Amino acid sequence: MTGAAMTNGQVIRTQGLTKRYGDLRAVDAVDLDVRTGDVYGFLGANGSGKTTTLRMLLGLVLPTSGEAEVLGRPMPAARQSVLPRIGSLVESPGAYPHLSGPANLALLDATGSDRSPRQLRNSRIAATLDQVGLNPTDRRPVRAYSQGMRQRLGLAAALLRQPALLILDEPTNGLDPQGIQEIRQLLLRLNDAGTTIFLSSHLLAEVEQMCTRVGVLDNGRLIVQEQLDILLQPTGLVAVRTFETHRSATLLGSSIVSVDGDRLLVRAEDPARLNAYLVSEGVRVDEIGPYRRTLEQVILDAGVQA
Amino acid sequence: MIAVELIKMLRRPRTWLIVGMLIALPTLVAVLLAVTDLGPRPGTGPPFLSAVLSDGTLFPLAALGVVLPLLLPIAVAVLGGDAIAGESETGTLRYLLVRPVGRTHLLLAKLVTVVAFVLLAVLIVAAVSYAEGRLLLGQAPATGTVSLSGSTLSQQELVWRTALALGYVIISMLGVAAVALFFSTMTRSSIGAALGTVGLLVTSTVLIGLDAASALHPFLPTRYWLAFVDLFRDPILWRDVLRGLAVQLGYLAVFTLAAWANFNTKDIDD
Repeated sequence: MTGAAMTNGQVIRTQGLTKRYGDLRAVDAVDLDVRTGDVYGFLGANGSGKTTTLRMLLGLVLPTSGEAEVLGRPMPAARQSVLPRIGSLVESPGAYPHLSGPANLALLDATGSDRSPRQLRNSRIAATLDQVGLNPTDRRPVRAYSQGMRQRLGLAAALLRQPALLILDEPTNGLDPQGIQEIRQLLLRLNDAGTTIFLSSHLLAEVEQMCTRVGVLDNGRLIVQEQLDILLQPTGLVAVRTFETHRSATLLGSSIVSVDGDRLLVRAEDPARLNAYLVSEGVRVDEIGPYRRTLEQVILDAGVQA
Repeated sequence: MIAVELIKMLRRPRTWLIVGMLIALPTLVAVLLAVTDLGPRPGTGPPFLSAVLSDGTLFPLAALGVVLPLLLPIAVAVLGGDAIAGESETGTLRYLLVRPVGRTHLLLAKLVTVVAFVLLAVLIVAAVSYAEGRLLLGQAPATGTVSLSGSTLSQQELVWRTALALGYVIISMLGVAAVALFFSTMTRSSIGAALGTVGLLVTSTVLIGLDAASALHPFLPTRYWLAFVDLFRDPILWRDVLRGLAVQLGYLAVFTLAAWANFNTKDIDD
């Protein structure tokens, strides 16, 4: 980790990053802040601008305005020195259909500035294929691969050079549940070993399970960016489920935040004490506990325009 | 990068399919000539075809004259059109660019690869048709090959003039390659890029047949393609050969520059 990235711990930093297509602001003044060691979940509906942002970080799409710094260097100006340290998977994985998976990786690995000896490259390719759960001796052409295998091959291409930063667009796309689990474990292991991961997804559950930090893009605007545990921290509210909503409401008065069917949200410090109080008043409590927002709720609360 | 592109080209089945087609046409012509012994009357039909019945050593030139007007440029249009657009189609363009492979570098490697393909194709066609000419067609007169001007060419002279002709054919394809490469940076469809290039060549050919367009003739990419015939006159008639060179280099420069300018500022968002 060099210079700037080391001192402020920022791996990706953008300021006012904007991409306009005619009148459409695909990405609108986005200030990203991704730090060393993060697993950053970049959320947003399809068409919200996630992929365009990723492409700008990788120098594939040129921003209309704003700045981007990746691994402490400006992009796209410093792409020759920054990109070799990034592994990326952008949108659907690509490969030459008439060649095998290993042959595809070998061609890719032979490009760029790396001049490692062939033997080293071959063993690196085999190890990477193994890592993503593909068989390094499989000689079938990629044409014959399933969607899941293509996705794994795409991930292998991203991991080939043991990057400091992984930028992954929907990394578990097209995988079956077991595959999703495997890849998730792999990414978490890599993160443990020091790789910063920036992944885009529209799967809230995936992000909630994996990520330490979350950014939410809506119509090109970054409407949320925060540590996941802060977003999901206790809200100071207690959720109570009871059929006696009217009696409870009378008893608790202004502490009631909302009533929804048999479910009450109550402003209270301690669920146990609230429970004891309600029971002592003869209210039958079916369920009680601290109320935490789900990530979905967080995003809805942030005011995503449907 | 150039090595990688060459390997990609050589390992692609399509490359060899196209080379096969390029060999098949002159082979068919050689067989037909050998069987029927009916050449076009001198001065008509493709160049050298009337001469090969008596002198098979000229058949490589006749073969090039047969593939040059249509098959070879279409092959170049297909390969050149595929150069960038094809990488877009397979989704591999962004992989290359984030390696990172510089865009200028990639474009250059693609251009070199198309030219290498032309070289390969022309040499194979020449070699195969030479063998066919010797086996199926007339033996060279003992005195040596007769030039188009009626004088006799020594073996040595024939060899270097043939080499010059092969070189001229390869250079004739540079313009097509550059145009195809330019279209390839404009679209995501390699077929679209190839068709655009073929369209330009067809337009050029049509205009050559139109007297009203005579002011444009010296600038048309296909105008001097068959000028390699002039290399077999005695003395060599350089005028059209040199003009052909200038036209090809002009197209090469203009369209390579346009391709570069377009590709370097392009958003890769396929």
